[in-house]
Amino acid sequence: MAQEKGTQGGIHQIIHPDIAERVFIIIPAYNEAKVIGSVLSDLNMAGWKHIVVVDDCSTDQTYDVASRHGVYLLRHTINRGQGASLKTGMDFALLHGADIIVTFDADGQHRVEDIPRIIRPILSGRADAALGSRFLGKTSNIPFMKKIVLHIGILFTWVFSGVLLSDTHNGFRALSRRAAQRINIRQDRMEHASEIIDEIYKRRITFVEVPVTIRYTEYSIKHGQSPLNSVAIAFRLILQKLMH
Amino acid sequence: MISAIHVIIFIFALFALSRAVLRRRERAISVFEFLFWMFVWTVLLVVIFIPDVTTIISRWWGIGRGIDSILYVSIIALFYLIFRLYVKQDAHQQAMTKLVRYHAIANAKKEGNPVKSSRPPRVR
Repeated sequence: MAQEKGTQGGIHQIIHPDIAERVFIIIPAYNEAKVIGSVLSDLNMAGWKHIVVVDDCSTDQTYDVASRHGVYLLRHTINRGQGASLKTGMDFALLHGADIIVTFDADGQHRVEDIPRIIRPILSGRADAALGSRFLGKTSNIPFMKKIVLHIGILFTWVFSGVLLSDTHNGFRALSRRAAQRINIRQDRMEHASEIIDEIYKRRITFVEVPVTIRYTEYSIKHGQSPLNSVAIAFRLILQKLMH
Repeated sequence: MISAIHVIIFIFALFALSRAVLRRRERAISVFEFLFWMFVWTVLLVVIFIPDVTTIISRWWGIGRGIDSILYVSIIALFYLIFRLYVKQDAHQQAMTKLVRYHAIANAKKEGNPVKSSRPPRVR
């Protein structure tokens, strides 16, 4: 069994325990056994105390790998989607007294050292929600098709929710307890990303965008969402608006 | 003139009507659904034995043939039924997610041990 190494290398900046105590990091995971181990190692090394992994009924070893890292481990007995997993994790975190909730991807695209930056506006009280944006910060080799689809997504979100953001499909977010309690994620699958933005806007939750770096590794690109799927997502969102 | 097809459809319509009555008695369908299906099968009976009825209705509406009216009404009804089905399906999916979520939170583990909480999870 290969030794799990941190993906960042070098010296980690350790977060102050008083802050770590208030922060719950939610990680929805589906078939990420290959990389989730190193993600969890990095989080632990950085001093985060409350890590919540929600296994969305993976068919690989994701659950077993995660169980070796001292995290809160939840499992959906049937696959429900990333949106559903996120809400499960958030409900759990709120139940256990979370003050700040961070949503973080399991595939290694997000950098652990960006977490202090994304919770800063919540800590200072400047906003109740902080949304990570890959376009505000350093953009490291985004695949071309993905860039186009993302920009279409931004336009769509602007028309659909009335909010113009620089990055609308970023799983890296921080929410205050108050914001997390008020946001209701009904979309089980990938539409939840747009739904969260819609909820933030509808419920007048103060938000800011925070530059983050997204790492596009060969693994994460293969595992990611196909651009065609975005059409289906847009369709389902429109349908939801019509029905509710 | 009464042909074989008239007899077959007549028997079928009677059968369908009887099913609707039975289901209603079992309370398996609502009053609204019962009346809807009674209406549908009765209309079928009427149309089969007095086909001119559709022509009269079509002329009244200003549409071409009798069959056109039937088609238009059917299509609208089908769209509506599909919409209703979709809404029900969506509600069902959400209910399933809530069930799975409750189970996931109630059985949360940390380092192999169950995570206790002060109260049972409340799933919105």
